[in-house]
Amino acid sequence: MCGIVGLFLKDPKLEPHLGAMLTDMLITMTDRGPDSAGIAIYSGAKDGLGKLTIQSANPTKDFKNLDGDLHDAIGQPVAMLVKSTHAVIEVPLAQIDAARSALSHLRPDVKVMSAGDSIEIFKEVGLPKDVASRFEVAKMHGTHGIGHTRMATESAVTTMGAHPFSTGSDQCLVHNGSLSNHNGVRRELRRLGMTFETENDTEVGAAFISHKLQTGETLGNALEATLTDLDGFFTFVVGTKNGFGVVRDPIACKPAVMAETDQYVAFGSEYRALVNLPGIEDARVWEPEPATVYFWER
Amino acid sequence: MQSFDLGKEGLRALNSSLHALKGQTNMTAWEVINPKGAHAIAAGVDAPVDITVRGSTGYYCAGMNKQATIRIKGSAGPGVAENMMSGTVVIDGNASQYAGATGRGGLLVVKGNASSRCGVSMKGIDIVVHGNIGHMSAFMAQSGNLVVLGDAGDALGDSLYEARLFVRGSVKSLGADCIEKEMRPEHIAILQDLLKRGEADGKAKPEEFKRYGSARKLYNFNIDNASAY
Repeated sequence: MCGIVGLFLKDPKLEPHLGAMLTDMLITMTDRGPDSAGIAIYSGAKDGLGKLTIQSANPTKDFKNLDGDLHDAIGQPVAMLVKSTHAVIEVPLAQIDAARSALSHLRPDVKVMSAGDSIEIFKEVGLPKDVASRFEVAKMHGTHGIGHTRMATESAVTTMGAHPFSTGSDQCLVHNGSLSNHNGVRRELRRLGMTFETENDTEVGAAFISHKLQTGETLGNALEATLTDLDGFFTFVVGTKNGFGVVRDPIACKPAVMAETDQYVAFGSEYRALVNLPGIEDARVWEPEPATVYFWER
Repeated sequence: MQSFDLGKEGLRALNSSLHALKGQTNMTAWEVINPKGAHAIAAGVDAPVDITVRGSTGYYCAGMNKQATIRIKGSAGPGVAENMMSGTVVIDGNASQYAGATGRGGLLVVKGNASSRCGVSMKGIDIVVHGNIGHMSAFMAQSGNLVVLGDAGDALGDSLYEARLFVRGSVKSLGADCIEKEMRPEHIAILQDLLKRGEADGKAKPEEFKRYGSARKLYNFNIDNASAY
């Protein structure tokens, strides 16, 4: 199964509540996948600053004085906010690659969950309510976000196997379904220079879209290409710095419901996930068509 | 009127109250409020009662229904009225995938659109959809009638047995072994009755529909296809 929720806000008045709204939606989807949960929040760019969200299995050891060590390595101001097993590191945007590279030497066991100037990703093994409270997701503000609760089929139940997957700057993807040609596509993408952290099928879907975007394709075209090049079952919800997109495979057996009002566009694996959104009674509610790309950008 | 607040009393309490109704009962009118997309609302009812659900439902609402008339004042999630035996289910909004799947009897009415796999493997149920239906509808449908006032998606009636499919609008494509067939007087009569019972008699005339059915070429093994196996 797996459960997906997504929210793209049009009304800035709702931005302080994005984390709380997404948390509520995700917890409602718990029984679609109790293995692990994750959330990507686009909290908006700060002038000239970039962000890395990192994760460690041993945060006490790995995060100790990490900001100081990174500062020494890149010679630039570094801010770090630790949240349980994750930490968000802020550095000048131009230094983000340098910081990432320094991190791989300074703390080789630390994993990078996301990089960019707006995105933060938090994901762990466990129930959505526990994962959300561990990272205080309900307190987060932002412009758009995506959540996922996983029932694992294609790879092990691990933190790195949880969704969302981020394979490009400010990009992320969540998936309900399973891809059958992921090994072949992964080999091809590796040859083209993409790197992979896991053997997970969804990471291949994410990297496929990131690679298209890197070559200058629009989000719409990148999503369109999944319909011809990826084989298997999928409902994908993707986030970029400015946008939010949805695509379902032509068979479309993985459920999806969308709702739109003047204030937001929302996605849920089931209508249940949407019932507490403001104005849902009068929202336009529909089921996204198979093999049809939907995206919204600001 | 028995009013039931699903948000307060919970699904198990609702369904056990409904299952306790056997044969004739004085509690013939039920209303369910705050459904909020919950699963299996009024599934497995076996009594001649009227149930109105005020809002949208999740998976398998009215599944296995016998005798009851169930109205959904909203949209329905996947598998609404799945394996219905008898009775009537009317959805004011849209229905998600596999509405009326494997249904053996009764009448399912969708006043909006139904999505993919509507009436898959239907075995005697009648389905009237006022809007459109999605792809792979009536796949392996065995008997009963599917009436669509709007359009049908890809692969309508793939591997069809003896169900009758009536579509007023366009059909994106027909599935394997499904063909258009002539409308004879008995089909006009069937449609007339179904449009009336499906609360659609003011919206369409039987003469506006085309009938689709099985070419019956998949019924028996064809030796010319042996090399394909």
